[in-house]
Parts: sequence; C-alpha cells; structure tokens
Amino acid sequence: MSLELVCPAGTPAALRAAVEAGAHAVYCGFRDETNARNFPGLNFSPAELAEGIRFAHARGVRVLVAVNTFATAGAMEPWRRALAAAEDAGADAVILADLAVLDHAARHHPGLRLHLSVQAAAATPEAIGFYADAFGVKRVVLPRVLTVEEIAALNRAVTVETEVFVFGGLCPMAEGRCALSSYATGRSPNLSGVCSPPEHVVYEDDAGGRTARLGGFAIERTAPDEPAGYPTLCKGRFVAEGRTTHLFEDPVSLNAAGLVGRLAAAGVTALKIEGRQRGKGYVAEVVRTFRAVVDAVEAGRDPVAAERLLAGLVEGGRQTAGAYRKTWR
Amino acid sequence: MTAVPAVRLTLGPVLFNWSAERLAAFYRDVAAAGVFDRVHVGEVVCGKRAPFTDAIWPEVIAGLEAAGIEVVLSTLALPSTPRERASVAATAGDDRLIEIDDVTALPARAGRPFVAGPLLNVYNEGAAAFLAARGAVTLCLPVELPLAAAGAIAAACPGVEVELFAFGRLPLALSGRCYHARLAGLAKDSCRFVCERDPDGLAVDTLEGRPFLAANGVQTLSHGVHAFLPTAAEAEAAGIRRLRLSPHTVDMAAVGRLYRAVLDGTTERAEALGALSAMALPGDLVDGYVRGARGCAPVAAA
Repeated sequence: MSLELVCPAGTPAALRAAVEAGAHAVYCGFRDETNARNFPGLNFSPAELAEGIRFAHARGVRVLVAVNTFATAGAMEPWRRALAAAEDAGADAVILADLAVLDHAARHHPGLRLHLSVQAAAATPEAIGFYADAFGVKRVVLPRVLTVEEIAALNRAVTVETEVFVFGGLCPMAEGRCALSSYATGRSPNLSGVCSPPEHVVYEDDAGGRTARLGGFAIERTAPDEPAGYPTLCKGRFVAEGRTTHLFEDPVSLNAAGLVGRLAAAGVTALKIEGRQRGKGYVAEVVRTFRAVVDAVEAGRDPVAAERLLAGLVEGGRQTAGAYRKTWR
Repeated sequence: MTAVPAVRLTLGPVLFNWSAERLAAFYRDVAAAGVFDRVHVGEVVCGKRAPFTDAIWPEVIAGLEAAGIEVVLSTLALPSTPRERASVAATAGDDRLIEIDDVTALPARAGRPFVAGPLLNVYNEGAAAFLAARGAVTLCLPVELPLAAAGAIAAACPGVEVELFAFGRLPLALSGRCYHARLAGLAKDSCRFVCERDPDGLAVDTLEGRPFLAANGVQTLSHGVHAFLPTAAEAEAAGIRRLRLSPHTVDMAAVGRLYRAVLDGTTERAEALGALSAMALPGDLVDGYVRGARGCAPVAAA
C-alpha cells in the first residue's frame, strides 16, 4: 500500500464506521482542550480510546491520536497526561503541534511515533527538517495553502512522510497561526481547540432570510431558500471598498478527489479526510467513496466520478480543489 | 534597595506596503526621535514586496545604529518560494539580532541570538525554554495570550526577556492567498501591488457596516487598534520587560512618548488613552487580549 487513507473519528461510533468503511487509519482525540476539535459531544475518554484501538487493530487499521493544541502556560499537565494516555492505549502515532508538547513527547515517550499536526504550519523543507531533527517527527501534515506542484517540490526536499487534506473543511489561513476566532469570541483553535465556537453563534430570522452572528458580528446573511453552511468566520461575507463579498473564502468544502493521482505522484504518503465533528453516516459514506478512489488510483484505473459522488456531502453543496490549484490564490 | 530595570520600548517591523521613500523618511524620524531603544526592520508579510525596498535597508540600518538604536532584522512570516527561503537564510546569517516569525529560520540561526516574533507560536514556558536553549533572547508572545500567560512564561524562563504587543492593529492571521488581490479581481501572482493603497490596512466591515477586521495582502489584522498601556510596575509585575509598538502612519514617536510617559508614571493611563484616541488612528482602541477577554473588547477605562 503506498497511499494511506486517514479518516476522522470524532466519536467511538464514527471510529467503528470509518474502520468498517475501509479506512487505512483513523485519527481522534481526547475529550478536552488538548485536541483541536474540542466540541461538545465529541471525542474520547482514555478508556474509549483503548477500546477503539483494540477494535481498529483487530481489523488492521491504525489509530493516530491528535494532541494538537498549544499547551496552556503554567498548566501543561493535561497535555502530558494525553501523551501518556495515548501511549498506554496503544496509539500508532500522536499528532502534535506545540514545541513544548513535541519536546516532552520526544524526551519522555521515545516509543511513540510523532506526526506533526497541520496546526504547526510547517510548509518549507527547513521547517520540516527542523521538526524531524529536533524531535524525530516521522510525518508532517501539510498546511492547506500549498499547490500540488509545491507539494511535489517539498517531497523531493524532505526525508519524512507527508500527509495532505483531500476532503472536508477548507481553512484559507495558515493553520495554527490564526487568531480571528479569539479576536471575535475569546476562544480560538490554538488556545481552546475551537474555531468559530458554537456557543458564540446566534441566528436571527426575519422575512428577508437568516443572519448568522459570531460574537455579535453579522458574518453571513442568507435568503430563505439559500443553502447555508456553518458560520465559520473566514467563510463569512464582509464589506470592503464598498463591496460585499466572501473576502477570505467562499462557503465551500475541499474536495481533492480528482487530484488523488497527482498527489500520489507528488510523493504524498497519506490522504486526510477532515470531519471529526461529523456523524457516522457521513463518515462511512465519505470513507467508502475515497477508499474506492484510492484503490482505483493504486490499480491504475480511472478514479470514477468521485467529485460527483461526494457532491451531496459538501458544505452548502459547493466544493473546490482549494489551494492545490494555483488559481485559488 | 535594588535598581528597578526599565521596561523598554521596541518598534516592530512595518507590516504594510509602504514605498521605499516613505520607509526611509519614517526611519529617519525614528532615529531622530530617540524614543525606541530597539527597532525592527525588514519585510515580514509578503516576499513580493521586498524587491522594492531591499535597496534602502543598509542606509536605514546605518542611520538607526548611528543614533544608538539596536536594529533587529525581521524575517518573513510565511516564506514559501525558493527566493523567499534564501532571503530568510541570508538574514539568519547576519551578525545582528534577527526576529524569527517562522520555524523555517530556526535551523539556519543555529543557536545564535534571536527574537521569537509574535507569529511564532510560543504559548507556554515549555516552548519558551526550548527556544531559549536555541538562542531566543526576547520572546514577543502571540497576541492572543493574556497577561497571566506572559507572567507564567516569564517566571519559568528568567533568562529571556518577555515582550508584549502593546500598540497597533493586531496581526491575526496569514494566508497563502492575497486578499487585496482577491478583492481587486487579481491573482496573487499578478497582484499589481494593490496593497500599497492602504498604508494602515484595508478596512473590512461586517454586513451591517460595523468595523471588524483589516486586510493587508496575505495578512488579516484587527480593525481595532490594540493599546496596552501599563506602568513600569504593572508591566514588571506581569514579567514583561518590553512593549512592542507596531508602526502605523500616525506619528509613532508621539505614540512612543505617550507609552514612555505612562511607564515612567509621568502621565496617567486615562490621559494617555485620551491622547491616543485623538490621533488619526485607523480604528478604535481595543485591549481585550491582555485581560483574557476577546481581542476586540474596547479598551478598558483606567
């Protein structure tokens, strides 16, 4: 197998669904601020993780544990505990972003395989080489701001594996370096593991449609019959130079199914599907479809019309190949 | 009784696309004003802007150093092209202090002194100690960290000077995509440098016309102007040894003098805030982050 399909598991049920649908690996996190999807109702207790890993390993599927937020100053214990719990549960790797957490893992958990989270935003051979040399990181999840050509050049220049996002949410900012959410709400991906947190979202309906507010700021207004995605700050509508536009990013989802062959040729090791906040039905369908695409590409067959198959699952019904195509910029 | 060391003022790098002439004049004034003991120079936001200003830096640096000011060479925050990476490596080899705003510059700096910039993720004492062991002498913390976090980091790393972003639009995000170009219907690769129209950033308002953010090429800033104005005793109690003022088109020497006066206790904070508000700032004053609140929270009354 040359391409590993890495699938989201926001809950134990989603983990089982992903494994049964054909994931080569799943990724998940603990139910606290140590992982970047710290949403209510999601994630794993240490006991649930151990059980999930037993289930996955029995079926030949690897489990990667995200401990990928930035540890709180003066209160690093939850991150240390998460590393120990991941190792105890038998995780195949941990996905880390914070220098302090990486340093602690490299010193105290030499048996743990380390992956660098997209939250570390390592996008150059120098940065990736630094994490490999300093901490023995074996794989880097690449930021979603690179083109396929840039990814190919990067893979020629580094010795570690690379993993790229192929489906799900599209973050137009360099991940792990975005404070837009905390500016508006006080909670952020780096500090709290949340972006555009739901407790700060308010909808107001009137005859003209629906206004979505985040932290009181009106960031989207949709007509009654218009499809609306979750009001993520950078996908909102704003006014600049007198014009109202989706300035930062359209409310679209990433779908790089049509680029899987090119990503494989660019030397990518693993393909990541975003969506730990999604239900098991969604996860199963996306995983099954992408596994078919990967198997087709590996066998040299036409990867069917995957973009069309997945069209019903993308946010607001719209999809994009994002930064992988140079025109995105 | 031991002497209390002063809390010092740093002038951060210019984040906006200012012309070579504007930059040269700006730094001549900064050198003459004598308010800042340390001044950052160089392009942090967009490598495409650099060719327009490359030529002026030797003279700017010479002028600042002749005025007794320590010059720090800031590096690109999101280097990607081979030319940008080469520029970062070249800066990392300089004998002067440099500011690192992306891990890309770390290996080339190889243990020599540097400033960890606010766009490098130093959220805790573990990351601070790791970087201190590799040469960090000053840590300008990420803007979203509250004062309490600065205190914890400073207490755990006494050998490193903790700096806080204290004035200016807050640098909130970086993207591979250029928002000035996107708004103008242009591609990033053929952007025509339209960001030069907005020397303090381009206002980005909500659907209801409420000021919110500001675009600066690939960077997104706050619309509000962050203003953290402690006395020296308050700053020192929080472990802070430096305040960073981020350049805007307003008279930065005057801004620096106000901060100095509050640090030294010769001007009340409320009076200084009033004076700041009366200047031609691009947005209202905010200071939520230092208080552990959201960054857009209006500046608190003294």
